[in-house]
Amino acid sequence: MNIHEYQAKALFEKFGVPVPKGAAAKSAAEFDSALALLPEGPTMVKSQIHAGGRGKGTFTDGFKGGVKFCKTKADAKEMGGKMMNNTLVTIQTGPAGRKVQTVYFTAASDIKKEYYLAILLDRASSKPVIVASTEGGVEIETVAHNTPEKITKVLIDPAFGIADFQLRQLIAALALAGPEAKNAAKLIKNLYTMFWETDAAMVEVNPLITTPAGDVLALDAKVSFDSNALYRHPEIVALRDLNEEDPKEIEASKYDLAYIALDGNIACLVNGAGLAMSTMDIIKHYGGNPANFLDVGGGASKEKVVAAFKIILGDANVKGIFVNIFGGIMDCNVIAEGIVEAVKEVGLKLPLVVRLEGNNVAKGKQTLNQSGLALVSGDTMADAAQKIVKLVA
Amino acid sequence: MSILITPTTKILVQGITGAFGGKHAQLSLDYGTQVVAGVTPGKGGQFFEHAGHKVPIFNSVHEAAAATGATVSVIFVPPPFAGDAILECVDAGLDLAVCITEGIPIKDMIRVKRAITGKKTRLIGPNCPGLVTPGTGEGSKGGCRIGIAPGYIHKKGHVGIVSRSGTLTYEAVFQITSKGLGQSTSVGIGGDPVNGTSHLDVIKLFNEDPDTHAIILIGEIGGNAEVEAARWIKANCKKPVAGFIAGATAPAGRRMGHAGAIVGGAEDTAEAKIAVFKECGIEVAATPSDMADALLRAAKAKGVTLS
Repeated sequence: MNIHEYQAKALFEKFGVPVPKGAAAKSAAEFDSALALLPEGPTMVKSQIHAGGRGKGTFTDGFKGGVKFCKTKADAKEMGGKMMNNTLVTIQTGPAGRKVQTVYFTAASDIKKEYYLAILLDRASSKPVIVASTEGGVEIETVAHNTPEKITKVLIDPAFGIADFQLRQLIAALALAGPEAKNAAKLIKNLYTMFWETDAAMVEVNPLITTPAGDVLALDAKVSFDSNALYRHPEIVALRDLNEEDPKEIEASKYDLAYIALDGNIACLVNGAGLAMSTMDIIKHYGGNPANFLDVGGGASKEKVVAAFKIILGDANVKGIFVNIFGGIMDCNVIAEGIVEAVKEVGLKLPLVVRLEGNNVAKGKQTLNQSGLALVSGDTMADAAQKIVKLVA
Repeated sequence: MSILITPTTKILVQGITGAFGGKHAQLSLDYGTQVVAGVTPGKGGQFFEHAGHKVPIFNSVHEAAAATGATVSVIFVPPPFAGDAILECVDAGLDLAVCITEGIPIKDMIRVKRAITGKKTRLIGPNCPGLVTPGTGEGSKGGCRIGIAPGYIHKKGHVGIVSRSGTLTYEAVFQITSKGLGQSTSVGIGGDPVNGTSHLDVIKLFNEDPDTHAIILIGEIGGNAEVEAARWIKANCKKPVAGFIAGATAPAGRRMGHAGAIVGGAEDTAEAKIAVFKECGIEVAATPSDMADALLRAAKAKGVTLS
C-alpha cells in the first residue's frame, strides 16, 4: 500500500526523522490556514499523487511542473490554485494522469548537497538493505548504471537491527563529517526503526539534504507498506487514499479478486497468479493484447466469477474475453455454472473463449455446451489463446 | 526414488481442525499419504476422522512427532501465526516444514529465515502448493501428497518439476502426464519474496536423484533465483532441463520509488531471465502450453530417452 508524501513525512517526524516544515491542503479553501503554519519566505508547492516524476510532469491543461519553488507565500497560494484539482501526467502515471486532490506546502530549504537514501528488502539475502549514495536528487537507476561505485548497500541483520559500525560505514560512504555526520547517523537509525516498526516495504528519500547550518533533512519521502502486515497497523490503513486507486481494482478487492487493469482489449479471467501472468503472455505471443490481469484465486465461488465478469466488462476497451481455468481442486463445473450465470446476468455480446481443465472437467464442459451460450471452447491454452486473438482481430 | 518425500514419509498437519487444512488432510488421506498426526493447540486428545482413518490430534509439534514418528509437517495456520508454526517445526527437529499459508507479513518471514538458517529443518514455502511424489495406484494414488495440489493429474515417472506458482506447476504436471510420462517429484516453492527452499536447492536435489532423468524449471519475473539456478545448471547438471518464465507482459509495476530496480538488479525481467536460460543450455518453452514439448526437445538434444 502506498501513501502520499505529506503522510510519509508526518510518520518521519513521529520517528524522529527531520523534514522541512510543511502543511497539506485538501482544497483551495484550506490554502490560507495551511500556509499560516509556515514561516514567511520561500515556499515549495508540491502536488500529492501516488506517482514519481512529479517535478517533471505536465498538467493536462498544459501547465508544467507538479512541484514548484515560490519566493513568497502569496506566490505559493497562487501556484497551489493552478495544481489543485488539475490532472498531472508524469512518467509513472500513464497518459491519463492523476487528479491532484491534495497540495502540500513546505518551507523551502537551503541546500548544501543532495544525497540518496532508501531501505527495502534484499531478496537475495532475505534481509533489509540500506542503500545510500552521494548522488541525490537525480534518477538513481542512472547512477546505478553509470557509476555503481557511488552506491553503497549495507545489509541489516534482522536479529540485531542496525549496528553502530554500519552507521559509520554509511556515513563514510556519504563522506559526511562533524555535526552533519552526527545528524545523519541519527536520521538513518530512526528511519530504519520506522521501516521495521511499521512493516514498510520500502522507504525512499531522494533527496536527503544537508544545509549550510549542518542540518540533515528528508526533502522528499516515498513510503509503501507490506499489505500482508496491514492487519496489525490500523493507523496506516487509515492513510489509504481510494482516489489514487483504480475503481475497478477497489471493486475487485471487495470480492478478494486480484485485478490489475492494462491497456489491451482481451480480458482474462484465470485462477492462480502464475497462470494468470502466463495467460497474458500467451495472448501477446499470438499477437493479441491483454486488457487485465485477473486471478480469481483457488476457491472461486459462483458469486466470485459473476463479480469478476462484471468488473472486466466495466472496461470499455474490452473486445473479447478469455477464461482460462486449471481446476486442480476447484470444481470446473462450479466455474462453468458461474460463467453461464454471469453471461446471462450481464447479457454478454462479446466473443468468449473458455479453456477448462482439471477436476470434474467433463461435467463443466457439458454445462457450458448445454447452456446455449455462444461461447467457443479451447482445448489447450495455446488453442484457446489463438482463438480469442482471432475473434477480436 | 524421488526427492524430499517418499510414499512412506509420515506427515503431521498443523491446522488440521481448520476448514482448509482439514479438507486437504482428507484429500491426502484419500491419496494414500501417511497422515499420522494433527496439531492444533488446545485440541490435543481429539481425533480427526475421515473415511475410516482416525488421526490423533496433539497440542504441539513436539508431542505429535514424539508419539507418531512424523518427520514432515504441512502448515495450514492463518498468516499471523504461521511464522510461529514454522519455528515450532524447527525446534522439534523435523526434516521438512511445508508452509501453504498465503499472506504472511514479510517481516515475519525475514525473522523466521534468520532463525532457521543453519538448522536441520528444511522449509518449503510459504505461499506454496506443496509437493507430490506420485504413487503407482490409479490416478497416482499411493504416493505422498503434501499441500494442495491435485493428486490425480500426476503419474509416477522420471521428470522433476520445480515452480513458484501452483497452477503453473499443475499445468506442467498435466502436460507431462498427458504425454504418457510421469514425475519423480513436483515441488512448488512458493511465490513470496522471502521463502525457504530456492529453485537452486531443488535443482541440486533433482540432479543427485538417480530416478529423476529430466527437469522442468518454472519461474517468474522478480528476484534472481532462476538466474542463480540456471548458472548452476550450466556448470553442474548433465540432465536435460526445460524452462519457462511467466510475466513477460506484466506491467513494470506502479511502484512509486526506484530503489527496487537497483536492488533487484538487471536480471529480474522475463526477457533477461529467458536470455540467461538460453545461454545456460536450458530449452525455453515459448508459451506455457509448450513446457512438456520443450522438455522433449531438451531430452532429444541430449540423447536422453524419457519413459
